[in-house]
Amino acid sequence: MRFSGLKILKEGLTGNRGWTPHWRDPDPKAEYDIIVIGGGGHGLSTAYYLARDHGLTNIAVLEKGYIGGGNVGRNTTIVRANYFLPGNSEFYSHSLKLWEGLEEDLNYNVMHSQRGLINLFHSDGQRDAFARRGNAMINQGDDAILLDRDGVRAHLPYLDFENARFPIYGGLYHPRGGTARHDAVAWGYARAADRRGVDLIQNCEVTGIDIENGKVTGVRTTRGAIRARKVGIVVAGRSGQVAAMAGMRLPIESHVLQAFVTEGLKPVIDHVVSFGMGHFYISQSDKGGLVFGGDLDFYASYAARGNLPMVEHVMEAGMTLMPMIGKAKVLRSWGGIMDMTPDGSPIIDKTDVAGLYLNCGWCYGGFKAVPGSGNCFAHLMATDRCHGAATGFRLDRFRTGRGLMDEEGTGSQHNLH
Amino acid sequence: MRITCPICGERDRREFYYQGAAIALARPAPDAGEAAWDAYVHLRDNPAGVTRDLWQHESGCSAWIVVTRDTVTHEVLDSALAADIGMEAGA
Amino acid sequence: MRIAGRGRIDRRSPVRFRFDGIDYSGFQGDTLASALLANDVRLVGRSFKYHRPRGVLTAGSEEPNALMTIGSGAGAEPNVRATVQELFPGLEARSQNRWPSLNFDLMAVNDLAAPFLGAGFYYKTFMWPRAFWERVYEPVIRNAAGLGALSGAHEPDRNEKAYAFCDLLVIGGGPAGLMAALVAARAGADVIVADEDSRMGGRLLAETFEVGGRPGVNWADNVIAELNAMDNVRLMTRTTVTGVYDQGTFGALERVSHHLAVRPEALPLETFWRIQARRSILAAGALERPVAFRNNDRPGIMTAGAVRAYLNRWGVCAGRRVTLFGNNDDMHRTARDLLSAGIHVVAVIDSRHDAPDGRGYRVYKGAMVCDSSGRRGLESVTVRSIGGEDRIATDCLAMSGGWNPTVHLTCHLNARPTWREDILGFVPTPQAVPGMSVAGACNGAFSTHDCLREGAAAARDTLEDLGLRAAAIDLPEAEDAPHAISPLWAVPGSGRAWLDFQNDVCVKDVRQAAMENFRSVEHMKRYTTQGMATDQGKNSNVAALAILADVTGRGIQDTGTTTFRPPFSPVSIAAMGAGAQGKGFAPERFTTSHKASAERGAPMIEAGLWYRPSYFPAPGESHWRQSCDREVNMVRTSVGVCDVSTLGKIDVQGPGAAAFLDFVYVNTFSTLKVGRVRYGLMLREDGHVMDDGTCARLGDTHFVVTTTTAAAGQVMRHLEFVHQCLRPDLDVALTSVTEQWAQFSVAGPRSRDLLNAVLDNPIAVKDWPFMACGQVFVGGVQARLFRISFSGEQAYELAVPARFGDSVFRILLDHAEKIGGGPYGLEALNVLRLEKGFITHAEIHGRTTAFDIGMDAMVSDKKDCIGKAMSRRPGLTDPDRERLVGLKPAGEVQLLVAGAYLFSPGDDPVRVNAQGYVTSVAFSPTLGHMIALGFLRNGPARHGERVRMIDHLRGLDATCEVVDPVFLDPEGERARD
Repeated sequence: MRFSGLKILKEGLTGNRGWTPHWRDPDPKAEYDIIVIGGGGHGLSTAYYLARDHGLTNIAVLEKGYIGGGNVGRNTTIVRANYFLPGNSEFYSHSLKLWEGLEEDLNYNVMHSQRGLINLFHSDGQRDAFARRGNAMINQGDDAILLDRDGVRAHLPYLDFENARFPIYGGLYHPRGGTARHDAVAWGYARAADRRGVDLIQNCEVTGIDIENGKVTGVRTTRGAIRARKVGIVVAGRSGQVAAMAGMRLPIESHVLQAFVTEGLKPVIDHVVSFGMGHFYISQSDKGGLVFGGDLDFYASYAARGNLPMVEHVMEAGMTLMPMIGKAKVLRSWGGIMDMTPDGSPIIDKTDVAGLYLNCGWCYGGFKAVPGSGNCFAHLMATDRCHGAATGFRLDRFRTGRGLMDEEGTGSQHNLH
Repeated sequence: MRITCPICGERDRREFYYQGAAIALARPAPDAGEAAWDAYVHLRDNPAGVTRDLWQHESGCSAWIVVTRDTVTHEVLDSALAADIGMEAGA
Repeated sequence: MRIAGRGRIDRRSPVRFRFDGIDYSGFQGDTLASALLANDVRLVGRSFKYHRPRGVLTAGSEEPNALMTIGSGAGAEPNVRATVQELFPGLEARSQNRWPSLNFDLMAVNDLAAPFLGAGFYYKTFMWPRAFWERVYEPVIRNAAGLGALSGAHEPDRNEKAYAFCDLLVIGGGPAGLMAALVAARAGADVIVADEDSRMGGRLLAETFEVGGRPGVNWADNVIAELNAMDNVRLMTRTTVTGVYDQGTFGALERVSHHLAVRPEALPLETFWRIQARRSILAAGALERPVAFRNNDRPGIMTAGAVRAYLNRWGVCAGRRVTLFGNNDDMHRTARDLLSAGIHVVAVIDSRHDAPDGRGYRVYKGAMVCDSSGRRGLESVTVRSIGGEDRIATDCLAMSGGWNPTVHLTCHLNARPTWREDILGFVPTPQAVPGMSVAGACNGAFSTHDCLREGAAAARDTLEDLGLRAAAIDLPEAEDAPHAISPLWAVPGSGRAWLDFQNDVCVKDVRQAAMENFRSVEHMKRYTTQGMATDQGKNSNVAALAILADVTGRGIQDTGTTTFRPPFSPVSIAAMGAGAQGKGFAPERFTTSHKASAERGAPMIEAGLWYRPSYFPAPGESHWRQSCDREVNMVRTSVGVCDVSTLGKIDVQGPGAAAFLDFVYVNTFSTLKVGRVRYGLMLREDGHVMDDGTCARLGDTHFVVTTTTAAAGQVMRHLEFVHQCLRPDLDVALTSVTEQWAQFSVAGPRSRDLLNAVLDNPIAVKDWPFMACGQVFVGGVQARLFRISFSGEQAYELAVPARFGDSVFRILLDHAEKIGGGPYGLEALNVLRLEKGFITHAEIHGRTTAFDIGMDAMVSDKKDCIGKAMSRRPGLTDPDRERLVGLKPAGEVQLLVAGAYLFSPGDDPVRVNAQGYVTSVAFSPTLGHMIALGFLRNGPARHGERVRMIDHLRGLDATCEVVDPVFLDPEGERARD
C-alpha cells in the first residue's frame, strides 16, 4: 500500500476499513543471509539500505521488545550536521542529505523539519570554538552562519539578554538543522524494509552468538536458533552485553540521559536552541510540547530513568536562558541508555570475528545519525568495505590513537562527552 | 539518589562526582603494552547489574570511593574508600 | 446549579470571578470548576484535534478537559486545571485553543473531516511537494495544535526550592493516609503527609459516609487536628508528590499561593520540594474511569464520582436531570446522594444483568448508553436494552467504568503494576519501590474500612522497620461495601467513542492501530497519541489497553501498560528551575580586587564562574583596543598589575610530595630546589594535555601547584584521584588554596621597582633570579613572591592572604601609577601571552598532545607519569598531526581571526584540504600587526611557508606566514632581566 493524501481520502470515505499492517509479524526463518540484532532506528535503517542499495532481502531484524522502542523513541528529535572533526563531519553531512529526501524515499512522513538550529555562545573563547565549528561545516559543504548578539536577538527575541548568568554573545546558526518525528522514523524505515522483504521479528531476544572457527554462523534467540552468514550488532546501550556473547569487551559505558516534554502550548519556540553554558537544548514539537534535555546523569545505568539533580539542573538552565518558559509545565520525563565511547564518537566497523559487524557508540547523538548509520553499516555489511562517509568510525582508533574524534575535548572518560 | 561516603555517611548524589568503572584502580605497569593500556583506559565490562564504580565526595571530604551498585535498579550495595582498597592491593 | 444545604463551602463568603469575559460568583471553598458548574457553565474547553465542545469531566488533577489560562499579562498561566484551581476574588480565567470564541470555534470544522484525521493520518500525507512541509503544512499544523499560550514574558513570579527529611512520607491524606500518619506519629516517627488537595481528607470530603459514628469529614478533621498539634508531623496540603527517585528521594510540588488573590511578598508562587524519606506509604486513592460509547464526550457527561464530589463537597449539581451509567455498585451511591439532595435522577443504566435494584430511582439492568446528543452540552442519551433503544432526555450523565488504583508513583522506578481481575484494575506490584508500602484504594482496597485498616497496617510495618513501636489503635467503624463490578470498556456500536478526551483518541483509532499492526501497547500509544495528553492517560489508558487486548486476543496483563513516568501531574519549569533565573543559575566568584577594578570602570567579564576585568579604560579612550594596546605597552615599557588569583592554587605537602608531583607532571619536580619554581605540564591518562602551570617548592616537603583558571577544579579532583586511587602509599596531603590567597602579577621592566616600593624589605636582584620564590612581607603581612612571567617581561607574582587582597591591590596600583604603570586586564594579558607564544586552553583544548605543542621533550624518560604510556601511541606522535605554530599576516588582508582554517595556497577551501586552524589571535601593539597561534599539519617543519587562512563565516581570506609561536624575545632575556 502506498500512502498518499488520496489514499486517506479514499479510506476516509469508505470507513477506514482498508488499512493494512505497516509491517508483517513473520516467524523467524531457520536461516538468513544477514541478521541485524536490534530493531531500533539504526538497525531498521541498516536493514532498509541493505535491501534498497545492495539488493539483499533475505534479512532479519531481531528485536527483543517492540521495534523503535529504544533511543529512537525516546530522544529530543534533533537532526543536524554541525560536527567539526574529520570523520564526524563527512558522516553527519551524509546523514543529513539522506534525511532531506527521506519522506519520498520511505513513502512515510517523518516530519523532518529544517527549522534551523542555533547554538549559543557566551564568551569570546566559545565564539572562537564555534567559529571553528562553523567554518568546518562550510568546509564540508554544509551551512553555518555566525550570529552576533543582535543576530541572535532577531531570531530568538525571548531569550534573557539582560540578566542571564552567562550573557549571550552570539550563536552559530545552522539553518538546515531541525527536528523530526522520532517514532515515525523508526516506523517509516520498518515499513519500507518490510515492503522490501525484510523480516522484522519482534519479541525475539538474542541470547547467544554462534561462532565457529572464528566465523559467525548464527545467533541463538528466545525464539530459537537462527543461522546467518553475517550478523550486525546494532543495540546502542546494550552493546556491551551483546558483544560479550561474542567474547568482546567494548570501549563503551552505558549511561542514562533524561529528556522532558511539557504540556502542549501554542507556537512559541520556532528553532532548535542550544545553550552553550548549561547543557540545555530545546525545541517545540508540532503538537506544541516543548521538548528539551540536558546532560547525562553521569553515572553508569541501564535503568532508562534518572534522578532529580539533573532534572533540576536542566530546568535551571532553561530558566536562566529563556525565563519565558517558566509557566510551561513538564508533563513527562524519561531516560534512555546511551552507549558512551571514550571520544564521544561512534563505531561502525568489522570485528575480529569474520562476519560479525559492530555499529555502536552513538552516545547521545544517535537520532540524527539514523539514516547515515544504516546506510554506511549496510554498505560495510554488504561489501565488507567501509563506506566513504564512515571511514573514521574505526574500532581500533582508541588503541592506536589515530583519528580520535573527541569533539568535546574531554578525553577518554566515557561520561564526559 | 543517595550515596554513602565511608567518612561522612549517607549524602545526596549532588555532593559526588562520578568518574567511571573502578578498573581505574588497576593501573597497568608502564611497560604493560598497548593492549593492557587500551583495556585500562578504554574497554569496559559495562555490566547490566552489579558494578563497582568510582565516585568522589567532591563537595564533602574529597574521598574517592568505590561504590558497589546495581546499574539496573540503582541500588547501592556497598561503598569503601578507594585508598583503603589501593593499600590492600599493595600499591 | 447550586444545591442548598450541601457542600463544604463558605456560603457567607461570595467570590466574584470572570470566565471568558463574563462575571460570575462562587463561594470561598469552590474550585473554578465547581463555581462554573454552579453557574451552569458547561462548555469550558475544546478538544485538541476535532475541537469538540468539552465540559468538566472530573473533580481532580486528572482533568483532561477543563484546562484554562488563569490571569493575564506576564504572569498568565496556561493549562490550569479548573478542577484544581481554587476560587479567589478577582480570578480571571480564559478558555483555550479555540478561535474566535469558545462557543463558535472555526477549528471545529476538523470534526467534519474526522474520517480523514484518524490515527496516524499525518504519517501518510503532507509529503508533496517536499518544500511544503516547513513552509505550509507544518506552520498550519503548529498553529492549530497546542493548548494554552505562554505569555512570552520573562517569568515574573518567584518560586522556591526546599529540602525536607522525614522518617515516613505519607502520600495522600485520605482515610488510609491519615490513619497511617496517625499511627506512625503517635509512635514518635517524623512524619510528612503530602496531599495535593487544598484540604486533607481525600475522598471523605466528597462522600456522606460516617467514620466512627460521625461524618467522615469530622473524623478526618479530628485526626488532622491531632496531627497538627504534634511536633513530629508536617501536614503539607496543596502538595503533589510528583516523582519517586532512588534511595527514598521524592520530588513534590507545593502550590503555595495560586489560591490567593493577593500574594504576600514573602510567599513564593510554588515550592518544589526534595523530600528524603526513610520510608513511605502510598495512599493516593483511586481514579474513576469513563466508559467509551458513541459521543460520550459532550459537556454534561462526567464521571459519577465527580458528580458525587461536586454535590457533597461543593453543593453543586452538574445538571437538573441526572442519568447514571456504568458497570458497578459505586455509581449507585451517586444516585442515592443525588436523590437525597432532591435532584431528579432520571435513571441508572447498569450494564450488569444482576444490578442492584434502585432505591427510589429507575434501574435499567443489562443496559447501556449507546449514544448522546446535544450540540454544546448533553441533551439526551440513547439507552440500549433488551427491549430496544430508548432516548432519555437528560442534561447530565454520570458514568463509571470502575476505579483505577493510583499506582503511578509505584512505577516510577520501572516496576510494572499487576492486573487484578476481581476489581478490574491494576494494583501496585509488591516491593515496586524500596521502602514504600501501599495502602487503601491505590492498593485496590476500596471500602473506607479497608482503607483505614490498610493505612494502620502499613504504618505498623513501617514503624517496625524504623525501630519504633506502634501503640494499639482501635480502627473506627466505617462502611465496608464490596467492590462489585463487571467488565465494560466500550459500548459496541458504530461512530466515535472517546477514550482520550483531550487528544481525541477514539475506540476506532485503537482498533485501526491494531489493524495496522501497532499491536504493542507502546506502539498503539505512540501511533494514536492515546494517553499522551496532559492527564497522561489517567482517565483512558486502562480502557484503551483493554480494547487493544480484546482486538489482539491477549489478556490485559499480557498486553501490559505503558510506562508511568514522573511527574505524576505536570510541574512548572519555573518551580523545578527555581532560583536559577538571571544570575542564580551558577555561583558568581569575585576576586578581592573586584571592587577596586569596578571603581576604575573596568568592564567585568565571565571567566568560568569568575568575573575578571577586561581592561581599564583611561580618560579619552572609547574603544577597548585603545585601552588594551596602552596596557600592553605599559607592561612592555613600565609595569602593570593584574589580579591572577583565579588561577587554581593547590597546596601539596608531605614527605611524598616530590614523588607525587613527579608522577602527575610529565617533567621532574623532585629535583627542584627549595625556593625555585618550575613550569609543569600535566597529561590525562589518555596521553593528551590536561593542564599546565607552575609549581613552586616552598620547603622540602611543601609545594604549591598552580593551574589554569578553567581547569582548577578538574586538576584538584585529578590529583586527589591519583593520590587516593593510584598512589595511596605516598604520604602527601592536597589542599585547594585558591580562595585563600590573592595573587597579583607585577610585570614589566619596572616591576622590581614597584615591588621595592611596596614590600617591607626590598628584594635584591641576586637573591631573586628568574623562577625564584620565597617569603616576603607587605605592611607586616607575610606574603609569597614568585618570580614568574606570563608576559615575557621581568615579572613577579605576589600572593597575600585573601583578606589583604583588596588593600594590597590598591597599594600596588598607587605605587605603579607613580612610575608610569597601572592595572591591566584580561585583554592585555592575552596579547602579552600571545606575543610570547604561551598557550592557554584555546590551544590545550583537550585534543592536543605534548608533541603537538612542542613539549614532548619535557616528558621525562626517567620516570613513569600519568599519561605517558598512552602519549606514546602512534596516532599521538604522528609528525603529520596538527601542531602548534605562529602565524602572521603576509598579504594584503591583515586581519586574522580565531576559528579560521588553514589551507595551502591554491587549494580549494574544503574539508579534505584543511591543513590546520587558528586558535588565538590578537593585534600586537609591540609588533604592529596581528599575530596568531594555530595548529598546522607538521607545523614546526613549515616555518617560513605561506598558508591561506580562510574564514567562511566572516568572509576572510588572508595569506599568512608560518612562524615560530614565540613572536617576541625568543631567548627570554627580558624575563630574566
